[in-house]
Amino acid sequence: MTETVSMLSIVKEITSALKDKPGALLPILHDIQNALGYIPADSIPMIASELNLSRAEVHGVISFYHYFRETPPGKQTIHLCRAESCQAMGSKLLEDHVKAKLGIDFHETTADGRFSLEPVYCLGLCSCSPSMQIGNDVYGRVSNESFDGVIGEMEALS
Amino acid sequence: MTVTVYVPNDSGALSLGAGRIAAAIEKEAQQRGLDIKLVRNGSRGMFWLEPLVEVETSEGRIGYGPVQLKDIPGLFDADFLNGGKHTLEVGTIDEIPYFKKQQRLTFARIGLTDPVSLDDYLAHEGYRGLKNALAMSGADIVKQVTDSGLRGRGGAAFPTGIKWNTVLNTPSEQKYIICNADEGDSGTFSDRMVMEDDPFVLIEGMTIAGIAVGATQGYIYLRVEYPHAHRALNTAIEKAYQAGYLGGNIQGSGKQFDLEVRLGAGAYVCGEETSLMESLEGKRGLVRFKPPLPAISGLFGKPTIVNNVISLASVPIILDKGGEYYRDFGMGRSRGTLPIQLAGNIKYPGLVELAFGLTLRELLYDYGGGSASGRPIKAVQVGGPLGAYLPESQFDTPLDYEAFAAIWAVVGHGGIVVFDDTVDMAEMARYSMEFCAIESCGKCTPCRIGSTRGEEVIKDIIAGRDLHKNIPLLRDLCDTLLNGSLCALGGMTPYPVLSALNHFPEDFGITEQASAA
Repeated sequence: MTETVSMLSIVKEITSALKDKPGALLPILHDIQNALGYIPADSIPMIASELNLSRAEVHGVISFYHYFRETPPGKQTIHLCRAESCQAMGSKLLEDHVKAKLGIDFHETTADGRFSLEPVYCLGLCSCSPSMQIGNDVYGRVSNESFDGVIGEMEALS
Repeated sequence: MTVTVYVPNDSGALSLGAGRIAAAIEKEAQQRGLDIKLVRNGSRGMFWLEPLVEVETSEGRIGYGPVQLKDIPGLFDADFLNGGKHTLEVGTIDEIPYFKKQQRLTFARIGLTDPVSLDDYLAHEGYRGLKNALAMSGADIVKQVTDSGLRGRGGAAFPTGIKWNTVLNTPSEQKYIICNADEGDSGTFSDRMVMEDDPFVLIEGMTIAGIAVGATQGYIYLRVEYPHAHRALNTAIEKAYQAGYLGGNIQGSGKQFDLEVRLGAGAYVCGEETSLMESLEGKRGLVRFKPPLPAISGLFGKPTIVNNVISLASVPIILDKGGEYYRDFGMGRSRGTLPIQLAGNIKYPGLVELAFGLTLRELLYDYGGGSASGRPIKAVQVGGPLGAYLPESQFDTPLDYEAFAAIWAVVGHGGIVVFDDTVDMAEMARYSMEFCAIESCGKCTPCRIGSTRGEEVIKDIIAGRDLHKNIPLLRDLCDTLLNGSLCALGGMTPYPVLSALNHFPEDFGITEQASAA
């Protein structure tokens, strides 16, 4: 209950601060996801009423964009590039390795809540393929071994 | 004496560990009691050398790369701060042939300067274009851009000056400049490099556009996958405001231009200009019908210039040196230079800015050095995921919009993705349809349904089922997509699919006997 209340107060604060911007919905959704990690379904009525939109319109926007998520992510979200340049450098084998190592498929979160895995279609690191992004950190020329190293380091830190 | 050391802050270099290298160099210098000034520059675009550390010497800037953490004590032992010899030394950067042979106009400063230093920008010919523009009429500015022959670098290659002229001549109390920074094409990273490594040039280009057509508000629609570009742009915008290069009274001219970065949210289709404007308005990124053209009724129904990052970043040099200077580069109707991006399976991946007209073969072998794997290059995809796959027999095509159109291919945004002979082109064709299905905005039926059906048909073909029926079916479907889609996503997905089928029929299980029959 208190969690919902504090979640809604964050949503309210963000929405009130940004609602007068032209085309405010995307900036609002970004700030909510930055603050909470996802856009809770409970926040939709409040966003809709603040922006004078229908709930369906807000939900429609959230579901249109791949980046916005309606469920909490793992502690770290791994964005693994699937695009052509990375494919040309063996990203499919890397993808198989990553999925096997984490025991999850794309759009899933590990049982311990540590990692979520999302596909991404180009990180603009095509001169360093294959590539991935975790948080704001980017990784180029990723191999099975270097992936294991990065994950191992993160697990050791947590 | 303080020695200046450069370690790039470009995300390509960061992805290879440049952040750790910079910290380690600073620490090592401190431990040895050496006085260094560390500058986080942009990348030179020679990514096989990244992280590329540069040292300022009396002989020029000497490079060392690719530097790994374990190399750092050795570099100090070799006195690299005075340009000492080391196995990683690559000599004076300006003399590396890959770099020296380029014609860097738009990328003139990239790698050289500290991207977020306004002083550095001004010291390297920055804001000279704006200075000229402020003394000119809007029509004269547009004329310079028209005279330069600049065509939209995002992919469609529409003449920039004509677009500007339409907005200039459409009266409205409010007009907008939008920078399309939704660079989603695989194999392309020139927009990213401009924004991370020289953000002021984009800000200057947009300011000139605003002054030219009377638009007071600009938006950079940036893809969310570029957090480093986001940070660099916001820092540069803040500095530009502080120094009076943005805001209500630009350099005392009384002219206004405000600029804001807006983030996309992982929708490839938002790189299409009308979808982008829907997204900026806070809606689902559904493609709009055209007409009306955005230049007449664009963002919030107002006249709007939508230009790609590279188009806008090319404007300052055109206004600085004149339209004719820029037009003197290039061939045919493709004027000026194109920042070409070599990516995928290539030995020397990177950014090569050259006048139009070089052949693919020169780029792939003279610059790129062939494949990274050492195997023969089987196919290259030019112009992103909607670009055609070209076989070796087409490698002598010069990079020129018309020459590419003549072989049913596109230059697009100048990205070249290389595949060696292990690639299965039927699988690449299947992926193109899958990508279209994932990214379709859903507004028009050919793209929404056709992409899913297309993937199914290609899967059947890969499984060897009913080729005599399924190949014509795939061609028929592609014809519908090509002619019936609202925008380039559905309309161009047939380029990679059909080019793969036409040039590599054997990968689809089509034998010579079968096609002869």
